[in-house]
Amino acid sequence: MSALLAAAPAAVDTGDTAWMLIATALVLVMTIGLGLFYAGLVRAKNTLNTFMMCVAALAVATITWALVGYSLAFDGEAKILGGLGHAFMSDVGFVPREGTTIPHLVFFAFQGTFCIITTALVSGAVVERMRFGPFLIFAALWSILVYAVLAHWAFGGGWLAQQGTLDFAGGVPVEMGSGFSALAAALVVGARKDHGRQALLPHNSVYVLLGAGLLWFGWFGFNGGSGFNTGENSVLAFANTLLTPACTLLTWFVIDFLRNRQITAIGAATAIIVGCVGITPAGGFVSPIWAMVLGVLVTFPCYAVVALRPRTRVDETLDVLAAHGVAGLFGIVFIGLFAQKDWNGIANGLFYGDAGQFWSQVVAAAAAPAYAFGMTYVLLRGLGALMPLRGSDREEAIGMDIVHHGEEAYVTGEGAILIRPEAEEKPVAQPV
Amino acid sequence: MKLVIGIVRPDKANDVLEALYRAEVRGISMSRVQGHGGELDRVETYRGTRVQMGLSEKVRFEIAVSDEFVQATIDALCEGGQTGEVGDGKIFVMPLERAVRIRTGERDHGAVTPVGK
Repeated sequence: MSALLAAAPAAVDTGDTAWMLIATALVLVMTIGLGLFYAGLVRAKNTLNTFMMCVAALAVATITWALVGYSLAFDGEAKILGGLGHAFMSDVGFVPREGTTIPHLVFFAFQGTFCIITTALVSGAVVERMRFGPFLIFAALWSILVYAVLAHWAFGGGWLAQQGTLDFAGGVPVEMGSGFSALAAALVVGARKDHGRQALLPHNSVYVLLGAGLLWFGWFGFNGGSGFNTGENSVLAFANTLLTPACTLLTWFVIDFLRNRQITAIGAATAIIVGCVGITPAGGFVSPIWAMVLGVLVTFPCYAVVALRPRTRVDETLDVLAAHGVAGLFGIVFIGLFAQKDWNGIANGLFYGDAGQFWSQVVAAAAAPAYAFGMTYVLLRGLGALMPLRGSDREEAIGMDIVHHGEEAYVTGEGAILIRPEAEEKPVAQPV
Repeated sequence: MKLVIGIVRPDKANDVLEALYRAEVRGISMSRVQGHGGELDRVETYRGTRVQMGLSEKVRFEIAVSDEFVQATIDALCEGGQTGEVGDGKIFVMPLERAVRIRTGERDHGAVTPVGK
């Protein structure tokens, strides 16, 4: 990443800036798309809570990012952690960050949207049971302790970037960061009370498909914007964002058909995510044809994890590990094999003669999951010692929407009595 | 021959189904209904408008059984539906005048006895 930017001039380029403003907005809409995707996958009584966890990331992670997260990720080139030079957004203004051609503020906002969506992604492991208050605290701490650290390693000039790991749009902090954190979160918070006893089915598959579509749409900004310009690597990543998920979709169709003689809609939605994730780290580094091959190959490990997960006791509810952790890891390693200097102008992978690049990728594929898993585990254990992370079985049975938000997603209003303000002095809950 | 009507919490519906299955009671209809049984009212807020939700979601089982299965059905509904809090629901048992199995035209006892018994 840093090598990509090394020779760029320090003046603002209007074309690059225009694109990056749009790309930032595209990534922001992904979080709402994710909310829709997740909300469709849970039971009707938890629709709003699940969506709200993503909305919560919009609030919490944006603020932590502005206060300290951005600085820890992008201030200085220390190995492990950035400095506090940009804390409270100091020195983040109109002058481009070194190596980019866009105002520093745009760079900050674009990177901020990554922090938001990644924080929202982790919620998929704990939906339908984690209390909303503790989740807000978890999201705030996670966005700093896990996301900002990993972003520094891969994007901000930390040790992974220094030892040559290539990660175009966030295989390390976003995909492996969220996926392996999700596994840890699922282990600490524990399974839903009905997990393994009852069929817990998606309540609205149309939401799931629509959410996946919005995510794919936004991913053009996510991957296409990660070159911070409109240069060749960005264009390559943009085109690959079209190609890879299409190949993953078709491969998923084939596996679905061979296993069950039917092609499923939720499988298709999952495939779109897996394809987008797979190409995220590799987007600007591999040729379009290799991107298509990546789309085919990444399907197999992810499909396997999706199929095996329900056979375990681990209630990693919405398969963040499979769709993000495994696919992101696959994409990171794929760069080490098939990156092509003819296309990316930076480095070759193993198959084009550079075994060193492969090892740089493998190091990232080992370090990022280990850190994400370990830190999230410790964070949630600590938080769990201070407050209960989940409510009673009774609350879980009633549903998170009513318990934590006092709203229902599909309320009819029948039998509802308007409480007029003048009647407010009466106790709010009373037997009739 | 009786018609057993059981109104239970939606989140206990699966437990009731399991209990009925164990009691070998087949032939079940269920529907979602809204009702009120003396439990505390929920207050919800929608963009500043506070409302008291007078009716709660319930699931209504309708089970026609021969006399020897009446007690087993009631037991299963109680076992599966109980949480111990107000709002667990009610069971009503009423006499059934006639029953006909449409496929075969079987009447009464034969019509409410599971196939193959």
